Amino acid sequence: MSGIPHDHYEPQTGGEKWLHSRLPIVGLLYDTIMIPTPKNLNWMWIWGIVLTFCLALQIITGIVLVMHYTPHVDMAFASIEHIMRNVNGGHMLRYLHMNGASLFFVAVYLHIFRGLYYGSYKAPREVTWIIGMLIYLMMMGTAFMGYVLPWGQMSFWGATVITGLFGAIPFIGEPIQTWLLGGPAVDNATLNRFFSLHYLLPFVIAALVAVHIWAFHTTGNNNPTGVEVRRGSKEEAEKDTVPFWPYFVIKDLFALAVILAVFFAIVGFMPNYLGHPDNYIEANPLVTPAHIVPEWYFLPFYAILRAFTSDVWIVMFASWITGGIIDAKFFGVLAMFGAIAVMALAPWLDTSRVRSGRYRPMFKWWFWLLALDFMVLMWLGAMPAEEPYATFSLIASAYWFAYFLVILPLLGVIEKPQEQPATIEEDFNAHYGKAGTPAE
Amino acid sequence: MLKKLAISATAALALSAGAASAAGSDGHVEDFKFSFEGPFGAFDQNQLQRGLKVYTEVCSACHGLQYVPLRTLADEGGPSFTEDQMRAYAERYEVYDAELDDYRPAKPTDHFPESGDPNAPDLSLMAKARAGFHGPYGTGLNQLFKGMGGAEYIASILTGYTGEEKEEAGTLFYENTAFPGGWIAMAPPLYEEAVEYDDGHSNSIHHMAQDVSAFLMWTAEPKMMARKQAGFVAVLFLVVLSVLLYLTNKRIWAPVKGKKTH
Repeated sequence: MSGIPHDHYEPQTGGEKWLHSRLPIVGLLYDTIMIPTPKNLNWMWIWGIVLTFCLALQIITGIVLVMHYTPHVDMAFASIEHIMRNVNGGHMLRYLHMNGASLFFVAVYLHIFRGLYYGSYKAPREVTWIIGMLIYLMMMGTAFMGYVLPWGQMSFWGATVITGLFGAIPFIGEPIQTWLLGGPAVDNATLNRFFSLHYLLPFVIAALVAVHIWAFHTTGNNNPTGVEVRRGSKEEAEKDTVPFWPYFVIKDLFALAVILAVFFAIVGFMPNYLGHPDNYIEANPLVTPAHIVPEWYFLPFYAILRAFTSDVWIVMFASWITGGIIDAKFFGVLAMFGAIAVMALAPWLDTSRVRSGRYRPMFKWWFWLLALDFMVLMWLGAMPAEEPYATFSLIASAYWFAYFLVILPLLGVIEKPQEQPATIEEDFNAHYGKAGTPAE
Repeated sequence: MLKKLAISATAALALSAGAASAAGSDGHVEDFKFSFEGPFGAFDQNQLQRGLKVYTEVCSACHGLQYVPLRTLADEGGPSFTEDQMRAYAERYEVYDAELDDYRPAKPTDHFPESGDPNAPDLSLMAKARAGFHGPYGTGLNQLFKGMGGAEYIASILTGYTGEEKEEAGTLFYENTAFPGGWIAMAPPLYEEAVEYDDGHSNSIHHMAQDVSAFLMWTAEPKMMARKQAGFVAVLFLVVLSVLLYLTNKRIWAPVKGKKTH
């Protein structure tokens, strides 16, 4: 499977040979788990394991929660309280599932920004990147629909606002919105289809994760230097890599244990901290909450959605040139999806031939500014839509697009990169010394 | 490392801002001290029993607790009634039984009644639904470090009446320093010594407000004790596991890594 030369599984006993000639599944598992991995991977390479764990956690807790949940507008809220009060361990299951979503997004954002800094999206890993972006989109859809299921105030009004975005599409928007909702407004039909899809999508994500792993096992991992593993021979490759098992399995499990200690502290001691209190009030179509705020992980893109109001010149221009077809609302929707689209296109927008940000003196600054920009957008998404937040949102949104559409293409041309190490081994030895050499 | 710390700090702030925004409350919420605050805080069962008495004699005239099964009054980590006390308490409520097509005394498996007054919200989850004042500056730090939550809000409302009244469109409003907007439709429910406590505890408005708020925190989060205990065990276990994995990791990598030469 891997492009890096290494030892493959050899069936030894008669039974192993029998199975191997019919279904080489042991060989597949062996090659997957023993993949040669660059030995200089740092702590930012642990998020993949955390994400895999999150997916498993969400699917397992979710399957049990479904056994006690009732997807009906009159019973959903009460059935959640039934889980919280009467089901054995139900309160723990639900809090794990609720906060598991937050851990999932913390991990995915760090994973994505890791990729952005170390140029993991660049050739030959574009397919891995694109599949990753698809997974991220699916995660957002799944999380959004899951949040609707408890049928609290924020579930209902969040669903109303977000599905309303599709209504902003010119001409076909309203039929699409009606089709999504299963009726003219968020109601039982909406709850039922969201429930169905919330159960389905995680399995689609699981399949995409398998493809994601397949893709980067084909190209090999990126690493902090961005320098490729030498592939001339098995011996040469072994100087740059160690097998995934046990070296990185144990390292990743250690990191996972530390992260889970924090996670369980949140679940045990402050499980509602990241949630919205209004969701403990049953949905009421007649009472609109003072502020409708999405979950924290949607806030950066929610801020971009709201940033483009009708008094922004680019919105006015778009409206004028299209004869009013693109109004402010539709422009906001385009901007929100566009913000993710430009990120997905990073492999083709980044013109630098140096992969890792470590050797790009100018890029570094712009990258950290992007990370800061993301945080600022998150904060702005939670603020009311008024001054000065509106102006800040516009500036922060503009930077997000500028980073991908202007800065990345230009930097590759004007930046003078620093010298990269010739091999991964060289980088590793510079940090840890050559194996076997005694201390001074 | 510093960079990472700075990022995680910013992240924590930004995260809490999400929940924070809902606040929008201009009311002043006092930071009451409750026994259940903090990772090791526990419900005071005497306080919960006193709070139940305040609820029964005052709040229940209008408000319900429709999600709370009566049997849970005997559960561990709650008011911890004995089986008999709980049964005796349950019988004071009449519930409609569809099979009998008539009212009968409530059984332990029944829930507390719903709100009698359609304008009075159900109180089962109020202590969680009103935890949305995340000061200062929308960071949620008060909730995190001072343990400020819905129980503080409820106690502040109950003690926040100034005595001023006004009539608007035929409805009487009462000035309340804790209520967003400053004017609340609920008449001051407590007066000094409104409820006679069995344990002789002080029954000033302040104490009654605090007791009933603690009780409503329990109705909103009846499994809080079990949850904190599970959290504590999990964290302890994971810390030990982390140490073992750290040592394993170090050992496995030792032959790959040479000694540092600089």
